[in-house]
Amino acid sequence: MLKKLSLIIASALTINAAAQAETITIATVNNGDMITMKSLSSEFEKQHPDIDLKWVTLEENILRQRVTTDVATSGGQYDVMTIGTYEVPIWGKQGWLTELNGLGDDYDIDDLLPAIRSGLSVNDKLYAAPFYGESSMVMYRTDLMEKAGLEMPKAPTWSFIKKAAAAMTDKDAGVYGICLRGKAGWGENIALLTSMSNSFGARWFDENWKPQFDSKAWKDTLEYYVDVMDKYGPPGASANGFNENLALFQTGKCGMWIDATVAGGFVTNEKDSEVADKVGFALAPDNGLGKRGNWLWAWTLAIPSSSKKTDAAMKFISWATSKGYSNLVADKKGWANVPPGTRTSLYENDAYLEAAPFAQITLDSINSADPKNPTVEPVPYVGIQFVAIPEFQGIGTAVGQQFSAALTGRMTVDQALQSSQRLVERAMRKARYPK
Amino acid sequence: MAIKDTNKSKLIYTLAAWTVSGMIFFPILWTIITSFKTESEAISASPRLFMFDWTLENYAEVLSRSPYFDHFMNSVVISLGASLLGLLIAIPAAWSMAFVQTKRTKNLLKWMLSTKMLPPVGVLIPIYLLFRDFGLLDTRIGLVIVMTLINLPIMVWMLYTYFREIPNEILEAARMDGAGIKQEIFQVLLPIALPGIASTLLLNVILAWNEAFWTLILTAANAAPLTAFIASYSSPEGLFYAKLSAASVMAVVPILILGWFSQKQLVRGLSFGAVK
Amino acid sequence: MATTQSRTLAKIMLFPSVSLLLAWMIVPLCMTLYFSVLDYNLLMPGDNEFIGFLNYEFFLTDPAFIESFFNTLLLVGGVLFITICGGIGLAVLLDQAIWGRNYVRIMVLAPFFVMPTVSALVWKNMFMNPVNGLFAHFAEFIGVTPIDFFAQLPLLSIIIIVSWQWLPFAALILLTAIQSLDREQLEAADLDGAGPWSKFVYIVLPHLSRAVTAVILIETIFLLSIFAEILVTTSGGPGYSSTNITYLIYTQSLLQFDVGGGSAGGIVAVVIANIVAIFLMRLIGKNLEG
Repeated sequence: MLKKLSLIIASALTINAAAQAETITIATVNNGDMITMKSLSSEFEKQHPDIDLKWVTLEENILRQRVTTDVATSGGQYDVMTIGTYEVPIWGKQGWLTELNGLGDDYDIDDLLPAIRSGLSVNDKLYAAPFYGESSMVMYRTDLMEKAGLEMPKAPTWSFIKKAAAAMTDKDAGVYGICLRGKAGWGENIALLTSMSNSFGARWFDENWKPQFDSKAWKDTLEYYVDVMDKYGPPGASANGFNENLALFQTGKCGMWIDATVAGGFVTNEKDSEVADKVGFALAPDNGLGKRGNWLWAWTLAIPSSSKKTDAAMKFISWATSKGYSNLVADKKGWANVPPGTRTSLYENDAYLEAAPFAQITLDSINSADPKNPTVEPVPYVGIQFVAIPEFQGIGTAVGQQFSAALTGRMTVDQALQSSQRLVERAMRKARYPK
Repeated sequence: MAIKDTNKSKLIYTLAAWTVSGMIFFPILWTIITSFKTESEAISASPRLFMFDWTLENYAEVLSRSPYFDHFMNSVVISLGASLLGLLIAIPAAWSMAFVQTKRTKNLLKWMLSTKMLPPVGVLIPIYLLFRDFGLLDTRIGLVIVMTLINLPIMVWMLYTYFREIPNEILEAARMDGAGIKQEIFQVLLPIALPGIASTLLLNVILAWNEAFWTLILTAANAAPLTAFIASYSSPEGLFYAKLSAASVMAVVPILILGWFSQKQLVRGLSFGAVK
Repeated sequence: MATTQSRTLAKIMLFPSVSLLLAWMIVPLCMTLYFSVLDYNLLMPGDNEFIGFLNYEFFLTDPAFIESFFNTLLLVGGVLFITICGGIGLAVLLDQAIWGRNYVRIMVLAPFFVMPTVSALVWKNMFMNPVNGLFAHFAEFIGVTPIDFFAQLPLLSIIIIVSWQWLPFAALILLTAIQSLDREQLEAADLDGAGPWSKFVYIVLPHLSRAVTAVILIETIFLLSIFAEILVTTSGGPGYSSTNITYLIYTQSLLQFDVGGGSAGGIVAVVIANIVAIFLMRLIGKNLEG
C-alpha cells in the first residue's frame, strides 16, 4: 500500500517536473558545426535542467523555406532559428526578430568581429548572434603545385589561377585543376560568381536599380568561369555545390578549390580528408581593380518574435555562441573544430592558431570584406555575394540557372547574360523598383 | 521431346525474368549494401559488391544524430491514422455510389478524382495560414487530416470499383431475407469486400508514408515523420553516401517489408476497375 | 430497384466525403483566387493592394512558363510511355511459367514502396553522379567518357528515375489483367495456327486496353504534380530545362515568397489540370464504363 502510494506520488512529481521544464524548438542546418552543437547540447541541458531542447535539422534550402514561411506568417513553430547574414537585416527591419539584449554579462559582445557584428545589427540593435562566420579563400594542393613547378602567392590573381589550373590538371589521373561551385542557387553558384564578379568590376545593379548583366565586366566574369571550368574543371560541375566540391577535394580530385574558409577545418581533418597534410591556403583572387573575390557570410542564431519562450531561447543562444562553447568544443573535439570566424579572442589564442593553419587567412579575408561597399563602382545595395533585398532569393536562383546552363554549354555566355538581364528586369519591374 | 521443350523455354524465361527483375531491384540492393560500407569505401572507384569490411557505424551515427524512433512513430501514426479515417469516410460513399447509382454518380466520381490533380504548391500558403489559425501546425492530427483528404478520392475510387464487382443478387437475397441496411453492410457486404478494403488500406498507408510535400511543410519537431528525417541527410558536408544509404534503408525498409508481406492483397486491389 | 429510403440513405452516406472534399477544394481555391489578384509578398508585409490580372500577366508571359508547360507534357508522356511499354513486357514475361516467380515479383514490386525523395537521392548520388556514381565507374571501366546526366540530359534523367518508381505499378496492374485472359481463346488461336506475335497483337493487347487506361489515369494524376524528384536532383535546371509547372509555381511561392504570383500560377495549373482531366475522363468514359 505504502509502496503504491509512494509510486503515485513519485509519478505525480515527475509529471510536475516535466510540466515545469520549458521545451524550446531549434531549427538548424545539417552542417558539421551544427551537428557538433547538437551533440554537445546535453551539456546545456545539464546546466539548465528547466529547459528541454527539441531539434529540427534540415538541409539548407528546405530549412530556409520552412523558417521563412514560419516567420513571415508568425506560425510560431520555432523558438530558435538558424539563419544567415542575408536574412537578418531584412527580417530585423520587418520586426520579425527579437532583439538579443539579454545574452548575459559574461557574453563579451565587443569580442565579436566588427565586420560580422555590423551585418547582424539593424540601427545598432543586435538581432542575431553569430555561430560561425566565413569568407572565401583559395585552397590548393601543395604537392600538385610543387609538381607543376609553381608557387602560390599569398594573394593570387585570376590569371595566375588559370595558369595553375592548367598546370595541375591531369584528367587521366582523375585530377582536375580547379573546382568551383556550379549548382544553381543564390547561395550556391551565385555566391561564388557574384563575389568573383566584384573583383572583375561588375555589379548587379547600378545606382538606379537597373540590372547590369549587359556590362562587359559581367561578360568577362562569366567567360573566364565557363572557360576554366570547361578546360580544367571536373565533370558534372553544374551539379556541384559546397558539399559536392568538398567531397571531391577531400578525395584528392581537385588541384584548387575556391570556397568558404570554413572548409579549411574539413580539408585538413585527417579522419575525413585523404589530402589533409597537403593543403595550402591563399586569399581569394583579384584582378588588380581593388576588390578581391571573397565573400562574407555567417550562420547565426536568432529568435523569431512569434516565440513565446524568449528567455529560454536567449539562454541557449548565449550558450551556443559564447567563448565557453568554444572551449567546450576544443575540449571534446580539438581546437581545429571550434566554430571559426566570430570572435577576436579566438584569433589571439595560440592553441587555436597552432591547430588551425587556415586561421590567419580566414581572419584576413573576413576583415577585408566590406558588405557596405562591395563593388568597384557604387551600388544601392548591401551585401557582397548577395543583394540584401527580399527579391534576391528568387532572382538570384533564376540567374543561377542561366549561369549553370552556360556552364553545361546549353547556352552561350551571351545568351545566359541576356536572359538574366531580361528576367531580372522583369522581376524588378514587378516589384516596382526603384523604390 | 515436348517436355524437354517446355523445360528449355521455362529456363529461358526464368533467366530473362530474373535478369530484368534483378536490374529493377538493383538500386535498392546497392543502397542496402552501401549502408554497411565505410564512407571512403562507398565512393571507391572500384566498387565491391560483397568483399569489403562490413560495418555498422553508419547506423550508429544516424541513430545518435536523430531521434529515429520518434520519426518512425509519427510516420506510423500519420499514415495509419489517415488511412483508417479515410476508410471510415470512403466506405459509405463508395457503397452508395456502387449500389444506388444515379445519373450524377459518374460525374461525382470524376469530380472527386479531378480534385487530386490540383497542384499542392498552389494552395500552400492558404493551407498554412488555416493550419496556423486552427493550431494544427506541427501536430499529428493536422497531418492525419491532410493525408486523409489528399487520398480520399483514390480510396473512394478503389472501393467503388471493388464494390461494383460484388453481384447485386447477393444483396438482394439478403434483403429478401429481411436484412436491414445495417445488416446488409456489416454482415453481407463487408465480409465479401474485406480483401478490397484491406488493399485500399495498404495502398493508402504506402502513399501517406511516402508523401513528402505537406509532411515537410506543416511539421517541425513534434509531428515530423520519416520524410523529415531523410531531409536532414540529403546533402550534408563531406562524404555522405554511406550515411545517406543507412538513413534511406531505415526510412524505406519498414514499408518495404509491409508491402512484401501483403503483396498479394495489394496486387489484387490495384486493378482500379481495370480487370473484368 | 432502389427504394426512396435507400436513396436518402445513400445521400447521407455520400455526404461526409463529398462535403469534405468540397471544403478541401473550395476553401483553399477561393483563398488562392483572392490572393492571385493581390500584390502579396510574404517577405514584404504591406497593404497587399488589388492589382487586377497583373500576376497572371507576369506568370503567363514568363519565358519559363512555355518551357515548363512542354516539360510537364514531356515528363508525363515520357514516363507513361516507358512504364506502359515496359509494364506490358514485364507482365508478359511474369505470366510465363518460371522458377521462383514469387521472388521475381517481390523484386519488381519493390521500387513502388520507396519514398520519392529517397529514390531521387539514391539515383542522383550513387548512380548518376558523373564522378563517384556507379554509372561513371562503369563508363570508365569500359573506357568511355561518363555521361553527366543532370547537365546533359536533365529531363530524361528525371524521366528515368520517375519511371523506375512507377514501372512496378504499371507492370502489376497489367499482369493482373493478363492473368484474367481467357485461356481457351489462346488455345483456340493455337489451333488456328496463330504465331506468338499475332496472338499478342490480336488477343492480348486488346484485352489489356482497359488496364492501360487505368494505368494512364492513375499515373497522370500523380505525375502532373511531380516535384520532389526535381527539387532533389536538378532544381529545375540547367536553365529551365527540367522545370515543370508544379516546380515553377514552387519557385514563385517558396523561393520568392510571392504569394500573389504563386497563386496566379496555381490557378493556371488548376485550369491545365482540368483540361487534362476532361481529356482523360473522356478516355476513361469510353473504356471503363462498359
